[in-house]
Amino acid sequence: MPQLEFLIKCGVYGLMGLGIIAAVGAVLLPNLFHAGLALAFVLVTIAGIFMSVGAEFLGMVQILLYVGGVMTLIIYTIMLTGRLGAKDVRAQNRQGIFAAIAAGFFVCWIGPLILKTGAWPQRESDSAPPLLSVEDLGMSLMTEYVFPFEVLGVLLFAVLIGAIVIARQDRPS
Amino acid sequence: MIIPLEHVLLFSLILFAIGMVGVLTRRNAIGILISIELLLNAVNVNLVCFSRVSEDPMAGQMFAFFVIALAAAAAAVGLAIVVAIYRTRNTVQTDEIQLLKW
Amino acid sequence: MDQMFVNIKAALVGLSDKVFPDWVGVLVSIAVSIVAIALLGPLIMMYLTLIERKVVARMQNRIGPNRVGKYGLLQPLADGVKMLIKEDIVPRNADKVLHLLAPILIVAPALLVFAVLPFGRNMTAVDLNVGILFFAAISSIGTIGIFMAAWGSNNKFSVLGGMRSVAQMISYEIPMVMSVVPVLLAVGSLSTNAIVEAQADWHWFVFTPWGFLGCVIFFLCGVAECNRSPFDLAEAESEIIAGFHTEYSGMKFALFYMAEFMSAFTISGMTTTLFLGGWQGPLLPSWLWFFLKTYGLIFIMLWFRATLPRLRVDQLMALAWKFLLPLSLVNIVATCIWHFLSDEAFFTPAAFLVPLALLVFSYWGLMKLNQPYMPEKRVYPLVD
Repeated sequence: MPQLEFLIKCGVYGLMGLGIIAAVGAVLLPNLFHAGLALAFVLVTIAGIFMSVGAEFLGMVQILLYVGGVMTLIIYTIMLTGRLGAKDVRAQNRQGIFAAIAAGFFVCWIGPLILKTGAWPQRESDSAPPLLSVEDLGMSLMTEYVFPFEVLGVLLFAVLIGAIVIARQDRPS
Repeated sequence: MIIPLEHVLLFSLILFAIGMVGVLTRRNAIGILISIELLLNAVNVNLVCFSRVSEDPMAGQMFAFFVIALAAAAAAVGLAIVVAIYRTRNTVQTDEIQLLKW
Repeated sequence: MDQMFVNIKAALVGLSDKVFPDWVGVLVSIAVSIVAIALLGPLIMMYLTLIERKVVARMQNRIGPNRVGKYGLLQPLADGVKMLIKEDIVPRNADKVLHLLAPILIVAPALLVFAVLPFGRNMTAVDLNVGILFFAAISSIGTIGIFMAAWGSNNKFSVLGGMRSVAQMISYEIPMVMSVVPVLLAVGSLSTNAIVEAQADWHWFVFTPWGFLGCVIFFLCGVAECNRSPFDLAEAESEIIAGFHTEYSGMKFALFYMAEFMSAFTISGMTTTLFLGGWQGPLLPSWLWFFLKTYGLIFIMLWFRATLPRLRVDQLMALAWKFLLPLSLVNIVATCIWHFLSDEAFFTPAAFLVPLALLVFSYWGLMKLNQPYMPEKRVYPLVD
């Protein structure tokens, strides 16, 4: 049904546009709390893009881990380190112009490269069911990718302990 | 792919550039962390979209999965460091933390 | 009778197919589901307030609301009118945008979760193949809404309440997800429909040792997730004057209550789906079974509220991290043992007793390790 496909396309482009606007907000907003919320919005739009390309599991993991976990952590830290109703201090340092030039140069360099490469692989089965089921992902995590998976487990355990040790209040002896 | 791959790549390029500006200009350490999350997500968009069109769709999604997990780990340790710095120096502005700067 | 609502929807879609091209039919089907859920959510919330007041009143030897309509049946409408015409107060120093957005952002996830609840046979609005993950992910968005409310109000008590609430929600999310894992192991799918269908013929997971424990852990964590008593430290009226919604009034306040009651319903509904066989049951239509089981669990929530005193913050955290989390991890191991001993049969004595012994042993061990802190009895030498 081409009409529905058109609607979905509009939705995806809309998500991208909103995502970019929110990303600009996340970087430039002077109030850090607002910036954090803008980042949460960017993460949700990216989860939406994941869902639209058939990576449903990854989209859900994105929301669960990023929006539910990392964002909560970031906002919690903002609340711990900021003062309630404090006047906003200067949020940017003096490298703004150079950073903008660098980023602009980066975009103007890579962007045409992307557009000029005509031979991007295409897969035309738009209405096909998701390419990878959750079972496939789980099986390959336990077979082909089992080593990085286990290493990741050790890393996360180290992070758990490390974060507690670093942030723990020193006991007065 | 429901939209051409180029457009997704451009989207993630712009996202990456915006994140780069943030990393370079933010004064607050948490602001820098927020920008780093933007960078990682721009990369993730690329990985997932390439996995959709590639012959081995598993690799891209697995890499995105590991990137998400590593980003969570980085955020946890980074924020713990921020809290520790705030406790000792009473500020989280990166240009005011200059004890070791000559 | 069983397929009543499904047939109504099919009739509506068929009607539009006669007039419009087929792509409109898809949109109509989506719109019907959305409208049904968007009506069901507030309706459930309105009558849950009445049920809560009635039940708690009876438990406290009172009568409860009985003035408006017969048995007080119109009380929710009266409350709604009152909430609508109340003055909407925004504090002068509040962050106006956040203050406005927070209630909306809290209600939206609570309503979205309804999409994956299987209300009856063929009555899941969206049969996602990552349904359970969707539930966990969407309900974790609610914490951001609470943060916004707390920060936007610019009030000490709100921030305290918000911090408490978020610490609680993060802590309880982990055992909650862990207690779902055994069900996923047993079913082999994340889809809510598949989970309910795997529990046909009275093979409800609550009848297995791991399923019973999982059910209890999931339900307890769910009660904590939606900030209900006895885990309602975040909105403790007597300690921090209602926490993150101190500064809200009128309809915005009503939205917070709506989110709380709707998530109480979805938690009960999810427990039903995961462990109590969902809409499976004899004789009665499937959707009636779902609502019966769900309201039974909601009654237990109200019972908690009328019976148990509020926990202390350290007790709350200790319960999640030192007791529920290890127990839910052991539960996963017990499920694996059950799976390999039972050999596809639902009930065999060995497969029943070995996990049971493991779980009872670990429960006993954790209780031993978690001896509550009892201060020594004070002696006052000068008094005597």
